[in-house]
Amino acid sequence: MAKITPKEVEHVARLARLELTEEEKERMTAQLDSILGYIDKLNGLDTSRVEPTTTVIPMVSVMREDEVRPSLTQEEALANAPDREDVFFRVPRIIED
Amino acid sequence: MELHRLTIHELRDLIQKGDVSPVQVVQDFLVRIGQVEDQIQAFNTLTPRPALGFAKKFQDIQGRNEKLPPLAGIPLAIKDVICTKGVATTCSSKILANYIPPYNATVMTRLNAAGAVMLGKTNMDEFAMGSSTENSAFKKTRNPWNLGCVPGGSSGGSAAAVAADMCAGALGSDTGGSIRQPGGFCGIVALKPTYGRVSRYGLVAFASSLDQIGPLTKDVRDAAILLKAVAGHDPLDSTSANVPVPEYEAALTGDIKGLRVGIPAEYFIPGMDPEVESAVQEAVRVLERLGAVRERVSLPHTDYAVATYYLVATAEASSNLERYDGVKYGHRTADSDHLIDMYMKTRREGFGPEVKRRIMLGTYALSAGYYDAYYLKALKVRTLIRQDFTEAFKHCDVIVTPTSPTPAFKFGEKTDDPLQMYLSDIFTISGNLAGVPGISVNCGFTRSGLPIGLQIIGRPFDEAMILNVAYAYEQATAWHGERPRL
Repeated sequence: MAKITPKEVEHVARLARLELTEEEKERMTAQLDSILGYIDKLNGLDTSRVEPTTTVIPMVSVMREDEVRPSLTQEEALANAPDREDVFFRVPRIIED
Repeated sequence: MELHRLTIHELRDLIQKGDVSPVQVVQDFLVRIGQVEDQIQAFNTLTPRPALGFAKKFQDIQGRNEKLPPLAGIPLAIKDVICTKGVATTCSSKILANYIPPYNATVMTRLNAAGAVMLGKTNMDEFAMGSSTENSAFKKTRNPWNLGCVPGGSSGGSAAAVAADMCAGALGSDTGGSIRQPGGFCGIVALKPTYGRVSRYGLVAFASSLDQIGPLTKDVRDAAILLKAVAGHDPLDSTSANVPVPEYEAALTGDIKGLRVGIPAEYFIPGMDPEVESAVQEAVRVLERLGAVRERVSLPHTDYAVATYYLVATAEASSNLERYDGVKYGHRTADSDHLIDMYMKTRREGFGPEVKRRIMLGTYALSAGYYDAYYLKALKVRTLIRQDFTEAFKHCDVIVTPTSPTPAFKFGEKTDDPLQMYLSDIFTISGNLAGVPGISVNCGFTRSGLPIGLQIIGRPFDEAMILNVAYAYEQATAWHGERPRL
């Protein structure tokens, strides 16, 4: 039984903001199906009484005083902009008319 | 004098004593790069002029008989996943081909303060996703021991550069084995620190709970030196550990009498490469002759590590790579006039197939309806894998394994089936999931002349122990003196 369908691949690609060609979609479906099939072995393990690991070293929320510290200048921040206008990053329209 | 053949500590001694000028050293490496880079293709970017500029500065200080910083003039190569201010940092991806960071990673700030000189940025698998450096969007790096073979990945450029004497040492990054495996394939020393030992500020993130920066060097003393230079708490990285950094060089006594060496049954399986198995078994006998004691241990969940990793790492990657959207930096499609479409085309054009595959897998594992079955399940198995190590370390001080199940494979050998490529990380991946440190050192060569890596794994924050065991082994053998013929 297929672990992932082409429809699901389309849905996931949309979530990931990835445009795939038809050929990519087909290949991706087959490859992900194979990988997910392999990953299925995890279901052989009883983890009902196991806590998930979220950090491997003991960690607490690291805080500091809310004071302004040196950061990037506007020019530094804009230096790699694919498109800028004045002190703004310019992007294609967001809201449809 | 062939300065490029020397180690960091040998060059350090010559420079600090004033016997050789930092400019001479850098020039010698630049000549070497000029001679062999065509064959090896280790670098994405070379920075000869700034390197000579810094070397000249140190030469002047030397001339005035003033004190030099500890690594003054030592030429290093830096994996192209580490942000270097003003110097292109591409992650070997089209999506960052034109990205010039406005800041330095903390490891760079520390190396600069120590006086080290950067020769350039090295090639890698795109976004550190791969085990052969074949996933680079730009070029294929070749293994200096056999140009028809991969150098390993994802830090293949760094490993090849060290093995080919194109730098005195290098930095790489390791998420599932990406420092240790190429280190093993290229016959050099390669160390992944404990998670949190080295700051990740300025390391382009792949999987935030697994990534670590570490040294690739010609010998163990050099790895100790570089690790000391970059390790330690960083207020800019809230996942960096507030644990003091020992004097790693001073810990290199070579004394391992009474050391308990754990050999995990699960890492010596039927069907593994017989030359790898025999080299590693012989290495354990060397350790025993030095006074170590062999202990049988078990890491029972080893077989689940690759599956766990390919859920945890890809889930984290899918989140970390969302930022590549063409808005603030990097590639943007020329082909779109509204935002979502712009994102989709930018990412389609900018990412290679392996990156897309992992983003898709990770997004799927986190998506509504699948999160519990995949991602959450993987986090629980990760706990079991961590517990395996904690339990094993009650019965031994270090764990010794092969670094990889095979030596370096040929180009194209594993690219048809992504799963085959993933399985080549089987001995290193558990170390990232558990957060423990691991070092690879050369323990021999196959009949066809390819290096075989020996991995030594330690308790969290016990880098001094694994460095010393590696040092003891290295000093009792002659592998580290070997160099590829180029």
